[in-house]
Amino acid sequence: MNSLLNIFWLGLKEIRSLISDKVMLLFVIYAFTMAVYIQATGTSNEVNNASIAFVDEDNSALSKELFNAFYPPRFQIPKKINAHEVETAMDKGQFMFVVVIPPQFESDLRAGRNPEIQINIDATAMQQASIGTNYIKNIINKRISNFLKRTDEKTTMPVNLIVRKLFNPNGVSSWFLSVVAIINQISLLTIVLTGAAVIREREHGTLEHLLVMPLTAFEIAMAKVWANGLVILIATAVSLFGVVEMALKVPFAGSHLLWFFGVILYLFFATALGIFLGTISRSMAQFALLIILVILMLMLLSGGSTPVESQPEWLQRLTFFLPSRHFVSFSQVIIYRGGGLNAVWSQFLMVSAMGLGFFIYSLALFRKSIAVTK
Amino acid sequence: MVSSAFRTSSIESPGKPVVSIKDVIHRYGKAVALNNISLDIPSGLMVGIIGPDGVGKSTIMALIAGSKTIQQGSVTVLDGDMADIKHRRVVCPKIAYMPQGLGKNLYLELSVYDNVAFMAQLFGLSKEEVPIRVKQLLEATGLGPFASRPAGKLSGGMKQKVGLCGALVHDPDLLILDEPTTGVDPLSRRQFWTLIDDIRASRPGMSVLISTAYMDEAQKWDWIVAMDAGRVLATGTPKELMKRTNAKDLEECFIGLLPEEKRRGHTELAIPPLTIEKSEIVIDAKGLTRRFGSFTAVDHVTLSIECGEIFGFLGSNGCGKSTTMKMLTGLLPSTEGTATLFGSSVEAGSMEVRKKLGYMTQAFSLYGELTVRQNLVLDALLYHIPKEKADTRIKELVEKFGLGPHLDSLADSLPMGLRQRLSLAVAVLHEPKILILDEPTSGVDPVARDSFWELLIDLSRKQGVTIFITTHFMNEGMRCDRISLMNSGKVLACDAPQKLIEERGATCLEDAFIAYMEDAIAESPSGGKGKDKAKGDASSVQQSGLSQTSSTPSSFQLKLMRMFAYVRNETMQILRDPVRLVFSFLGSALLMLVFGFGITTDVEHVRYAAYDLDQSPESRAYLEQFAGSPRYFTRTPEVRSSAEGLHRLQADDISVLLEIPPNFGRNFRRGNSPDILAQVDGAMTFRGETVAQYVQGVNDKMLQNPAMGLQTGAPKYTAQFQERYMYNPTFESVFAIVPSVPALLLVLIPAILMAVSIVREKELGSMINFYVTPTGKLEYLLGKQLPYIAIALLNFVILAIMARFVFGVPIKGSFLFLTLCTLLYVTTTTGIGMVISTFTSSQVAAVFVTAILTITPTVQFSGLLQPVSTLMGRARLFGTFWPTTYYMHSSVGAYTKGISAWLMMPDIIYLACCIPILWAISMLGLRKQEK
Repeated sequence: MNSLLNIFWLGLKEIRSLISDKVMLLFVIYAFTMAVYIQATGTSNEVNNASIAFVDEDNSALSKELFNAFYPPRFQIPKKINAHEVETAMDKGQFMFVVVIPPQFESDLRAGRNPEIQINIDATAMQQASIGTNYIKNIINKRISNFLKRTDEKTTMPVNLIVRKLFNPNGVSSWFLSVVAIINQISLLTIVLTGAAVIREREHGTLEHLLVMPLTAFEIAMAKVWANGLVILIATAVSLFGVVEMALKVPFAGSHLLWFFGVILYLFFATALGIFLGTISRSMAQFALLIILVILMLMLLSGGSTPVESQPEWLQRLTFFLPSRHFVSFSQVIIYRGGGLNAVWSQFLMVSAMGLGFFIYSLALFRKSIAVTK
Repeated sequence: MVSSAFRTSSIESPGKPVVSIKDVIHRYGKAVALNNISLDIPSGLMVGIIGPDGVGKSTIMALIAGSKTIQQGSVTVLDGDMADIKHRRVVCPKIAYMPQGLGKNLYLELSVYDNVAFMAQLFGLSKEEVPIRVKQLLEATGLGPFASRPAGKLSGGMKQKVGLCGALVHDPDLLILDEPTTGVDPLSRRQFWTLIDDIRASRPGMSVLISTAYMDEAQKWDWIVAMDAGRVLATGTPKELMKRTNAKDLEECFIGLLPEEKRRGHTELAIPPLTIEKSEIVIDAKGLTRRFGSFTAVDHVTLSIECGEIFGFLGSNGCGKSTTMKMLTGLLPSTEGTATLFGSSVEAGSMEVRKKLGYMTQAFSLYGELTVRQNLVLDALLYHIPKEKADTRIKELVEKFGLGPHLDSLADSLPMGLRQRLSLAVAVLHEPKILILDEPTSGVDPVARDSFWELLIDLSRKQGVTIFITTHFMNEGMRCDRISLMNSGKVLACDAPQKLIEERGATCLEDAFIAYMEDAIAESPSGGKGKDKAKGDASSVQQSGLSQTSSTPSSFQLKLMRMFAYVRNETMQILRDPVRLVFSFLGSALLMLVFGFGITTDVEHVRYAAYDLDQSPESRAYLEQFAGSPRYFTRTPEVRSSAEGLHRLQADDISVLLEIPPNFGRNFRRGNSPDILAQVDGAMTFRGETVAQYVQGVNDKMLQNPAMGLQTGAPKYTAQFQERYMYNPTFESVFAIVPSVPALLLVLIPAILMAVSIVREKELGSMINFYVTPTGKLEYLLGKQLPYIAIALLNFVILAIMARFVFGVPIKGSFLFLTLCTLLYVTTTTGIGMVISTFTSSQVAAVFVTAILTITPTVQFSGLLQPVSTLMGRARLFGTFWPTTYYMHSSVGAYTKGISAWLMMPDIIYLACCIPILWAISMLGLRKQEK
């Protein structure tokens, strides 16, 4: 009972300290509102304003028609270049795509000879290259069939493939990016807040003061967990309801309650990691350097920026121990696919286990760290 | 205004004053540090500025030394205006300045020799002179045997000596020492003053300006400036001042000089004798020992303290006082020996013991962001004092400690003396039986110190609280019932202070302490060993000095020398700081792995399931095509109902569900173009889009190729496409991502390291060496930058090796040109760090600001994810300016595209143009004086 009270009072103190740190508070608010919005809408995986050039060796009505089929916002107005300029222009990075229409293209087409169009793709522009190529093919196919319709011939496909995207039918990238942005902010800010709180207390000597009082390391750490966790939890709720659901109109397919339960588990992990990092680094500056390495790892390997199954097998086995990966994964299941507890329990378990591990380990280090700082 | 009244009282000063201050006002934000001061300091004398912490002593000294910008008024030093940079440049070699704080301007990772030699180089001593001069100084100050020891591992007194050597290396006319002996043990203190006397004897014209918080030291000096609250209280010889106030020592004299309202309530402190009869022993330590690695901080300390006693622990900084206290309070486990409080061990089941314990740490250890009341209430809550009792107790304490008017102000905003009282109030709130106080009165003015002691005496004598207190003030030691004299981890003697003095036949406690220390040194066997080692060092240094030809260096050579002094200094610092070293090399290797594998756009091994309602040869042939592209698709068992399929999609078991309707085969044969439904998981948008295209792609390919199982010819009147994936024919993202990762890492890490290295100097105080030496801005910046350029280039090589052997991405183009481009790029990126360092003031801020400012434009606008050619508006503009755009082009070009060297020329030219611009901005932003 006393122990619970201690945790409560210490946590309250923690929240008071945070509230008095206006700069940090503003940063938290910014990170969970504006920053989430900007990240969700600013970057896009879709092809946009792609640079394209044509080499028109046919000079027919059709080739001109094709040339005019590309326009903003998806593509820039195409440029006409000569065949020998292709390599250099692409080396300089002037164009992502160069479409080459061969001589006699229109007449070959009409004769049913299925002539070949060459598309040169700058394959170092990974995200846009393959999607862009498909757009180009689709646009050209459509134009050709419309062009021929006007005259005589007709094209039909033997199989009519209907591709339907589930959970996000229009492929709006902000749906996914907004949730990933929240997840990244949770990781970053929870760890920074908690770790900095530990280091600040140690540098100011208040931690020593607490450890001499009739308090256990568990109580001191637990207070930091709930206080910082609560602040981020509230920020997350504001961000989810206000920014993601209201401003960005992202539908939430599953149970809010279940997701927030998962968030709480992740917050436990993140605060524990923060305490751990705060305990092992000897100064704020070291903590700051350390955090850059840790955060980038948590963010980039979580599956939030690129799919987990694209990682090599051995790395996937390692990232299995990355709670952020499970967080991204169960968030997708709950938010987009509407999955229930039976679909996510194993991930919940993994996040809790990792959190517990860090928590216990930092407790063991807690008292020792006082010795290190002298 | 104040001083004019006193100027007449000053002694006959020979000739012009060495320093003349007129109407100087200095503010830090709203706080006024110097309030309209005018002062003439006579030359050729030993002048002391006395007063407690925070009265403006350090500010005035920094202004005189030229390390701080003058805000208002004028400061004339050695016949010139210190606001004038030209005069400062001329005069700075004649002024030596040692700032406050033990070894504040030293580089703790560097050895004693290197520290002094560095200063010598900055002051332009030639290569032959440096070792001779440094050796001379080290021998003179008795540091000879420790020449190769890192400054961080020296005791406080030795650090101050190193600082002094650094200050004296260029024969100054004016020596400014800011609290050189605060926290230094009495023996070192005495040696220090002897040293100063010797130096003065050999350089009679030299003026010395010293500040101190120990008033007794100033007694012997020639001329005194007494300061309080940013004003000069009085000036004159010590004798004059004491006569004026009818005081028997300077401390009393100082209190006498204070304005009336500050003195009010101050009475001579009287300590009633300890009346309690022989009672129980409350603190008992036997053979307490603590080692940190090979260093023994506390060496077999044995103590027993009785109930109600005031027990003092006297010793210098770093002598093991605090460590002993931490062991007594159970904060630190002891390596050997036992400590008990009330007969029970502090470590095991210590909750009950801790309730009887009050503790005040060395620094102010309360929450500055909470108010006085909140601090008190929090403590009451944590000790579970019932509310009513707590309320009355707090009321009582507030009254007694005089905290009433400040109840709702933040603890941070209180003056030092009040803060200490608040700390004490918090420590005694729960009515502890033992009070452990770690240097509670450092930095507190004499009046506040006495009133603090009154509270302690009250606690001890009236309430029977046992008080264990550490201090480095001798007169505080005299107030204790018993004291322990401690030096380098050992207790030298332990008894009542008067008895200790008598035993040594000394006149005062300080003399007694010194006598004990000298005995201890005589006994210790070490000393001889260190000397031999140092001799070897010195002779080797001399040899290297002799091999150089001597000539007087030109001013350009001097600049170059100073720059290389900084290069050497910085390099050694990094090599000896494991965290930064690991970050600069392991960090980039680790991030290369994370980015290389983490940013990938490859979508492979997509799990799919079929829901085949037709089961005809055609439907099977169709599905067979998916199984036939194992790089992209992985088959999983068929589903039996659309509900099952949906469930598996939901659970992320599969990403594609292919549904073939009944009669697919028949309709296909009849040419009715039957439907096939592919449901793709679109939760992760990019991946969903890509998977959808794979499905379409497999479908299209199959229909165009009759050999693939479905009996159909290519559809008529359509074009075919030949896709040429240039530079990356297999279209794997490693070939695109891996070459762009170095572009990101070589901006992130060098910029952070560079910014931190400069801001670190600002934060730790060694920046003063730049302020007060003739070092120019460009020399400083280049000296700092060169080592990081070297580190970054090494990183480039490491990353190239990793790209080749871990990711299998070799450099196809010209390695030479890429290296040249990298050299220019990392010079630019360290330049960015330099610019950032000009407007950040803490290391943490430097790290985060640099990270945010470099990562965003690099990821978003320089072609890492989106080609620059597709950017629009402001993003495009930013991408055009940001140097990474250009390096990214060259890096990806050289690795993957194998472009020719001349295509890299525009990048090289652009980067080369960035460098001088960044230098110029940094030079404008870098201050040659502190604000």
